[in-house]
Amino acid sequence: MNLRLPSETVRLLIPALSLTALLAAVFWLQPRAMSYIGLNLLFNLAVPIALATIAQMLIMAVNNLDLSMGAFVSFVACVAATFLHDTPLLGWLILLAAIAAYAALGVIIHLRDLPSIVVTLGMSFVWTGLAVLLLPAPGGQAPEWARWLMTAKPPLVPMAIVASILIALVGHLIVMRSSFGVLVRGVGGNERSVERAGWSVLAARAGAYGLAGAFAVAAGIALVGLTTSADANIALRYTLLSIAGVILGGGEFVGGRVSPIGAVIGALTLTLAGSFLSFLRISPDWQIGAQGAILVIVLALRLLLNRLENRERRR
Amino acid sequence: MKAVHLLAAKPWIWSWLAAAVVWTATVAVTGGAGAFGLTQAALTFAAFSVIVGTGQMFVITLGPGNIDLSVPATMTLAGTVALKLMNVDNGMIAPGLVVALAIGIAVGVGNYGLIKLLRIPPIIATLAMSFIVQSAAIWTNRGLRIKPPSLLAEFTTSSTFAIPNMAIVALLVAVIAWVLLEKSLYGRWILAIGQSMAAARMAGIPVDGTRFATYVLCAVLAALCGYLLACFSGGAALNMGAEYLLMSIAVVVIGGTSVAGGDSNVPGIWGASLFLFLVVSMLNTYGLGAGFRLIMTGLIIIGVIVVASGRRARQP
Repeated sequence: MNLRLPSETVRLLIPALSLTALLAAVFWLQPRAMSYIGLNLLFNLAVPIALATIAQMLIMAVNNLDLSMGAFVSFVACVAATFLHDTPLLGWLILLAAIAAYAALGVIIHLRDLPSIVVTLGMSFVWTGLAVLLLPAPGGQAPEWARWLMTAKPPLVPMAIVASILIALVGHLIVMRSSFGVLVRGVGGNERSVERAGWSVLAARAGAYGLAGAFAVAAGIALVGLTTSADANIALRYTLLSIAGVILGGGEFVGGRVSPIGAVIGALTLTLAGSFLSFLRISPDWQIGAQGAILVIVLALRLLLNRLENRERRR
Repeated sequence: MKAVHLLAAKPWIWSWLAAAVVWTATVAVTGGAGAFGLTQAALTFAAFSVIVGTGQMFVITLGPGNIDLSVPATMTLAGTVALKLMNVDNGMIAPGLVVALAIGIAVGVGNYGLIKLLRIPPIIATLAMSFIVQSAAIWTNRGLRIKPPSLLAEFTTSSTFAIPNMAIVALLVAVIAWVLLEKSLYGRWILAIGQSMAAARMAGIPVDGTRFATYVLCAVLAALCGYLLACFSGGAALNMGAEYLLMSIAVVVIGGTSVAGGDSNVPGIWGASLFLFLVVSMLNTYGLGAGFRLIMTGLIIIGVIVVASGRRARQP
């Protein structure tokens, strides 16, 4: 019996604390944000970012990195605002094909042992190209149900919060509690030992990519539900935001150490950083910079915590 | 025959061959007309990719995980601040350049500082840095579009002996990079670190110093490119660096530099830059839109990496 928290919980501590501190600061600056509508406004745009972050996290769980996330989410948004609205059946078929393409990428990357950064870099051009073909100029219309879903007003807790908790729970169940999730993280931890244990690393990687594609599709649809129309460049920022979100949430680039709950918290923190500055009356010019600064501060905190933990262990 | 074999063994030959094929295919459509103009345009626009690509190549050579994502933000900030400082005054050209390069040095120092102090992967350190630098650029720019000094605008857009000045600058950069990489101790150190950091450390190579210098070099080249690009296009814009993030990585990969690090080559950067620009103009000539151009570019990058990795697999 000892009172030490499991390391999984410790890893979540810093992201959770940073989000709480930031939220407290926002409430202190602007007490009116502490309401149903206020919270919804603060976190509305976090929902698609959280979904994209979970997608990026799945790729990072198998030691790869997806530089096409933003382009892919933009592409999905364009499909959702055109085909999914006009001819739903065809729209769903296209999105299914896109998910299959993601799984196929996983297969190719694994079979030929390609650097995922370069392959996804190439794919980012492809997705943007397809999106430009679909919507050369901003436009289209969100499917009614997506619009309804994103603007729904559940009792007591605003939609943005409900959705974030749901995303975190689903991610947690899949990645931390299912045998598929264990396999995926195992590939990130030690590919060879997973293979020797008789599992198919190829299937695990393809599965992780396919699932990431599915989450990214959800992100694109959620984004269109919020913005009502789409544009080929609508989500290009998501590539970098999703990577930053995973890292903020306690994930690592290698070793299969990821945390779905942390990833959602990371996405929420990044979204909140922008609002925090505008409440401080600092010019919106510095919004992106604040996201960078928060990233640096949280990583510095994590380094500190790791050092403390190591010292404890050595004792 | 022997010469052919020697050439075929060079990783950069493929990008040059591809560039030549695309050039021919484009000129064939226009029936020979515009061949000169096409070459000039290709040399000019490839020059910018060469300058940033060279910096990125040095960083990528350091080994897996080394990449600089702050390139576009650095370009934008350097271009914006330099133009603001010069304020259309021909006498301020040199101070403007110095300030642009100083910004590059500052960003590079910041990048490596974050990597080293926070012990975080370069990709996330340069990403955080790029957020901050981009914000600084937005703050200084404020939607102003200041014209470059007339002499500088003239220099960047004209040619000497029918060779665009930008291409000459990029050629100089490439030659210096080649000498650094192939003939200097520093270049040997980079390659050694890229092949095995642990071995390099045991061999007594100053690993930290070399990596530090490399990140600074990459940021300085990005700043130089931003300065020139801003003058070339008649003013700095906030999104002027955006396309160079992917471009800088793409030219390195297509040019035959190993993504795993420790093996790089300079001529390939030129071949790949020319190739990527020529593909765009070829598809333009064929009347294909922006969407198809992007898709083709993407498929080419993936195709090259699939073929390149296959080649390596056969001869380990």
